[in-house]
Amino acid sequence: MNQRANFLKGFLRENPILVLVLGTCPTLAVTTSAVSGIGMGLATTFVLICSNAAIAMIKDLIPDKVRIPCYIVVIAAFVTIVDLLMAAYTPALHATLGIFIPLIVVNCIILGRAESYAAKNAVLPSIIDGTGMGLGFTLALLVMGVVRELLGSGSFFGHKFITGDGMLMFVLAPGAFICLGFLIALVNGINRKLAGR
Amino acid sequence: MAKTPSTFLNMVLALFLCSFISAVALGGVYILTKDKIALAKTVGKVSAFENVLPDFNNDPFAEKYIVSTEKGNLVFYPGKKDGKLVGIAVDTFSMRGYGGKVSVLAGFLPDGSIYNALVTDHKETPGLGSKMAASQSDFPLQFKGKDPKTFQLKVKKDGGDVDAITSATVSSRAYCEALATAYEAVKKVLK
Repeated sequence: MNQRANFLKGFLRENPILVLVLGTCPTLAVTTSAVSGIGMGLATTFVLICSNAAIAMIKDLIPDKVRIPCYIVVIAAFVTIVDLLMAAYTPALHATLGIFIPLIVVNCIILGRAESYAAKNAVLPSIIDGTGMGLGFTLALLVMGVVRELLGSGSFFGHKFITGDGMLMFVLAPGAFICLGFLIALVNGINRKLAGR
Repeated sequence: MAKTPSTFLNMVLALFLCSFISAVALGGVYILTKDKIALAKTVGKVSAFENVLPDFNNDPFAEKYIVSTEKGNLVFYPGKKDGKLVGIAVDTFSMRGYGGKVSVLAGFLPDGSIYNALVTDHKETPGLGSKMAASQSDFPLQFKGKDPKTFQLKVKKDGGDVDAITSATVSSRAYCEALATAYEAVKKVLK
C-alpha cells in the first residue's frame, strides 16, 4: 500500500468511528459542541501518533507475552503528558473534556492501531497511519459536534443564532446515538459508491 | 532484528524498562508544566473572586479561614478594602447535584445579602444542568443582590423563590442548597 492511501484510509474507508466503530465512548460523550469535539480529536491524534511511533520503535524488543501491558504503559504515559499539557495551556478546554482526557488510555482506537498496525510495520508508516486515523477520528468528532450543537443548542462553534433552547435531545445521549447512526449510514453509503466505481 | 523471546527475565526487563522510561518522561513533563498549571488555577480563582466580591484590595487567599457547618467545612475568603470588610467569598458545595458534587463560590456582602455567585466545578448534564454555570443562562443572575432573609433559597416547586432551570430541577436544587449552606454559615460569622 502506498503511503498516500495509508494516510487517507483513516478518513473514509477505515474511519475508526464510522467504519471500524471503535472509540465510540468519547465520541458519544464529548461531542456536545464542535469545539470540544475538535479538542478531543486532536488530543487523541497526538497520543495516537506518538504511541504508534514509540511502539513501532520498540516492537522487536518487547517479548510477545507482555506486549499488551507494555503498550498500555506507553499509551498511558503519552495520555498523561497530553493531560498535563492541556491543563497548563488550555485550562478551559481541559475543564470541559474532564475525565475523558485520561480515558483516552482505554480508547480502543489507540490500542487497536498499536496492535494491528504499529506492531507489524516500520516507524514511518506507523506515524502516517496514526496521523490519518487520528485526523479521521477528529473529522468524525467535528461533524458530530457541529450537527449536535446546531440541532441541540442552535449555535455554531459557540455562536448562538436562535433564542432559547434547541432540540435538547441532541445534547443528551439519545441524540448522540441517533446522530452517530445517521453518520455511519452516510459514510457506508459513500464507501459503497466509491467501491462500486 | 529477531523478536525477543518471552523468557521470564526478558519479560521482567521489558516491563521494567517501559515503566521506567515512562516514569522519567512523565516526571519531566510534570516539572515543566507544574508552574503553568498552578498559575492557570490561581488565575481562575482570582478572577472568580473579582466576580463574586465588590472592589477589594487585600489578598483573600492569604486571609482565608475555615468555618465548619453540619454539611461540612466551608472555606471563607474575606474581601477587604483598606482594611474594611466589603464581602466574603464562600467556597460552598452541595452533594445533591444530578452528577454528584456541585461547587459554588458565593459572595456575600457584610449585610448578609448575596453579591454574586458562580459555579466553580460540577458534573451536571451538558446542555441542561450545566446551564447553572455563569454565561450559560440567566439562572445565576436571579440571585444577584438578593437577601436570603426575604428571598427563599428554594426552587418554586419546593415553595421557594428561585426559578429553576428548565428540565434541570435537581441541578437547580443543588445550587440553591449550596447557597443556603453558605448563607447559614455566613450568618453565624457576621453576627
